Amino acid sequence: MSDILLDVRGLRTAFHTEAGAWLAVDGVDLTVRRGEIVGLVGESGSGKSVTGFSLLGLIDPPGEVVDGEVKFKGTDLRKLTEEQMRQLRGNRIAMIFQDPLMTLNPVLRIGEQMMEAILTHENVTRAEAEERCREALAMVGIPSPEKRLKSYPHEFSGGMRQRVAIAIAMLNKPDLIICDEPTTALDVTIQGQILYRMQEICREHNTALIWITHDLGVVAELADRVAVMYAGRIVESGPVEQVLASPRHPYTKGLLDSMPGATQPGARLHQINGMAPSLAGRPSGCAFRPRCTRVIPRCTEQAPSVTTEGPRSYRCYVPIAREAQQA
Amino acid sequence: MANSPNPGRTRTVQPLAETPQRASILKKLRARPTVRGSAIALAILVVLVVFAPFFAPQNPYDLANLSLMDGRLAPRQALMDGSIAWLGTDDQGRDMLSAILYGLRISLMVGLSAVVLATAIGGAVGLIAAYVGGLVDTVLMRIVDFILGFPTILVALVLLVVLGRGVDKVILALVLVQWGHYARIMRSRALQERRKEYVEAAANLGFPAWRIMAFHLLPNCLGPVMVFATIQIATAIALEATLSFLGVGVPITEPSLGLLISNGFQYLLSGDYWISLFPGIALLLLILSINIVGDRLRESLDPRRA
Amino acid sequence: MSQADTPVIELKNVHKRFEQRPDLAQRILALTGRPIDRRTVYAVNGVDLSIKRGEVVGLVGESGCGKSTLGRVVAGLHRQTEGELLYQGQDAVRLRGAEKLAYTLGVQMIFQDPQASLNPRQRLRQILGESLKVHKLAPPAEIPARIDQALKEVGLDAEYRDRFPHQISGGQRQRIGIARALMVAPKFLVCDEPVAALDVSIQAQVINLFMDLREQHGFTYLFISHDLGVVKHISDRVAIMYLGKIVEISTSAEIFARANHPYTQALMAEVPDVARRGRKFTPIKGEIPSPLNPPPGCTFNPRCPHAMPRCREQAPVLKEISAGHWSACHLNEASA
Repeated sequence: MSDILLDVRGLRTAFHTEAGAWLAVDGVDLTVRRGEIVGLVGESGSGKSVTGFSLLGLIDPPGEVVDGEVKFKGTDLRKLTEEQMRQLRGNRIAMIFQDPLMTLNPVLRIGEQMMEAILTHENVTRAEAEERCREALAMVGIPSPEKRLKSYPHEFSGGMRQRVAIAIAMLNKPDLIICDEPTTALDVTIQGQILYRMQEICREHNTALIWITHDLGVVAELADRVAVMYAGRIVESGPVEQVLASPRHPYTKGLLDSMPGATQPGARLHQINGMAPSLAGRPSGCAFRPRCTRVIPRCTEQAPSVTTEGPRSYRCYVPIAREAQQA
Repeated sequence: MANSPNPGRTRTVQPLAETPQRASILKKLRARPTVRGSAIALAILVVLVVFAPFFAPQNPYDLANLSLMDGRLAPRQALMDGSIAWLGTDDQGRDMLSAILYGLRISLMVGLSAVVLATAIGGAVGLIAAYVGGLVDTVLMRIVDFILGFPTILVALVLLVVLGRGVDKVILALVLVQWGHYARIMRSRALQERRKEYVEAAANLGFPAWRIMAFHLLPNCLGPVMVFATIQIATAIALEATLSFLGVGVPITEPSLGLLISNGFQYLLSGDYWISLFPGIALLLLILSINIVGDRLRESLDPRRA
Repeated sequence: MSQADTPVIELKNVHKRFEQRPDLAQRILALTGRPIDRRTVYAVNGVDLSIKRGEVVGLVGESGCGKSTLGRVVAGLHRQTEGELLYQGQDAVRLRGAEKLAYTLGVQMIFQDPQASLNPRQRLRQILGESLKVHKLAPPAEIPARIDQALKEVGLDAEYRDRFPHQISGGQRQRIGIARALMVAPKFLVCDEPVAALDVSIQAQVINLFMDLREQHGFTYLFISHDLGVVKHISDRVAIMYLGKIVEISTSAEIFARANHPYTQALMAEVPDVARRGRKFTPIKGEIPSPLNPPPGCTFNPRCPHAMPRCREQAPVLKEISAGHWSACHLNEASA
């Protein structure tokens, strides 16, 4: 199993208040292979972004990663020192954020920031570093890269900034890139361009991606595997075609059914009643039960553990069976 | 654990009570100055201001009480009438403790009044300038620029020479030189808030301009103004102290802390330190407690943090 | 035209430009002969649109296309620079007094950001009750009942009335925004990306709410969105906007089946679709131009895969290419 790049087991991240530590991520298992694109899907409050940050050790107080193993190429990242983690970040594992202004320092020129990313991890000359930066910008499709190296972030549009962020992430040819909703704030046509680039780059360099998003459509087109999160847990995962064509978990099905395309225009949309629980208000047992149409007594007693079905897995006592799927 | 499943009544998950780093994280969370400190500060202030006459051994403004023979007594010495001057007496024979207590009242009153008035005037101007915009904005802000262009103390001095001495005139002078700052701060915040959609919604609902300014914009723009006002109370008090020190502030018979400090200044070198020092410490403590209270007040006004 | 036939809203050649007026310093410089740098944002550049009673018109476009500005012009929040805006047949700009109030209240806007669209210092009952109080739409004794009724109508519990906006969720805030508009009994709702900021499962709830309200009250909507899926579901007609102009307009079914304008086609192709798996992306090139500097001729020509020399010189106008289907593209004439 040497092509498993990232193996996460039992990840739990909590946020501290006076009353206690509330779990934003409650036992997440995730596997990513080399060159694989995994979509991590969830709505606000599901814990998907916190998961992404936890993997890289970017959780600050009052947050704390309280449990779990994060094995990257066999090494548990949680056991590394901050100095060792710093050598990994931006080098072997990179991250792209939703707001590119988080990645980019507004008072530094693009070229300086990019060269810093290279020179921190490698001992090359400035001229070499600059050449690689220029290539990286060209690779993400930024016109006149030599000139653009001297620009400031505010001189770019949103889509361009995000492309610069991708270029920075790719500079040291990382094995894994964690992308936290990078195209959510962008227009549809620009998002199309970014997704196209990302797909190209990842196939070419065999880079694995964890793509965190709420948009099932993006995941459908981009990802190989998908993991659906609800209230801090992964409630379903598996190959994208299988999960989206015949979801097992009622939440996944509810999400798919509530999309406008799933109903005839003009008819009432299928909706999932109620709201996702807040951090402090998670129901005991299965967190989805107040909104679920298939709930049984057992759902209240104990949270379902993972059921495996070949490459698929889900947490549900009453999964939607194969026969029940409509064409 | 038998129980009936009722999706309507949800039992919720309890938080973790212990984690590896909980103790250290909680310590950092708690390190903020507490409610208690500010409550104590406020209580002291109120008590002093309201009950000064009760605490003071003598009424330092009643000239009949004073005797020059009691002048410049060191702390803890007895006066002619047998009472003990715990903090000494000044050159007029005034018991320092009493003078400080009464002086606190005046300083506080001057500081608060000046700030409240300046906030009202400056805030109104800034709000109108931001909401109406255009020519009105330009004209009002140029007036503000003009006034703020002059050195504060100079303007105050000139005003007071013209107006004469007196607590009310000092307040007036302070307001006139200070209101411009409030206008700028209110305007800059109001310009940001004005673009928000709830203001558009209010216009969409046909509310008159004054209503939008008063009930929608104003409550949301008070934050930075209040922070500034809190700091400015101290500045106003210090400014009044300076003016009194220079001889154009409050009358000699009703000394504020500033005037007391000023009076005692000439005696510092001869060793009668208490005439300046104790009023100075009192001034410092006054400003400190005002800032703590103001800080807490600002936080409590924000419904999100209350 | 009878009352029933008069379009609720009619836009005739509406332009909206935002001009940055030179400040004092620049004007002084101008005296020395230096030209003033006038920056004009061409937000809306000649839009004609007619919306009938009870219709839902979807307005689709990306950032900078001017759809939000157009929505605000319709609602009376911005005044147009040029052109006519008719509300129930009357020129909105010339209305005064009671008629003006009827227009202001009659066209209500639902905003995009649920958080910024509610006054954070007002409790929900104040937010909802204020318009009743100010315009005396109900006797004071009745107001609490009206508030409870409005809460119920948008699916919120009456006990929420004492809460502040930050104490409820995004979806609930959006419902309050809708309830607030309902309080003044509007006829026309301009919905500016009302579900963009909401989670997918909440979007469905709010969209259903819009559809229910339409059925119950007979509202007319201008539904502005960048989300083609949502627009397709709720709209009768759809207009596509690019850089201040409507480039295509038709019934919802027709546009999605037979998109004509290259931009519309590109939009359709770009929208991620759950049903399309592992598709190879073929995105359109280039950035969306800034409304400060619209390209000459057809504003889409720099990015259009079918651009001809004519497109750089002459801006195409909307022409009816089939019944009720209008499109502004020179390609429609090339094949004659």
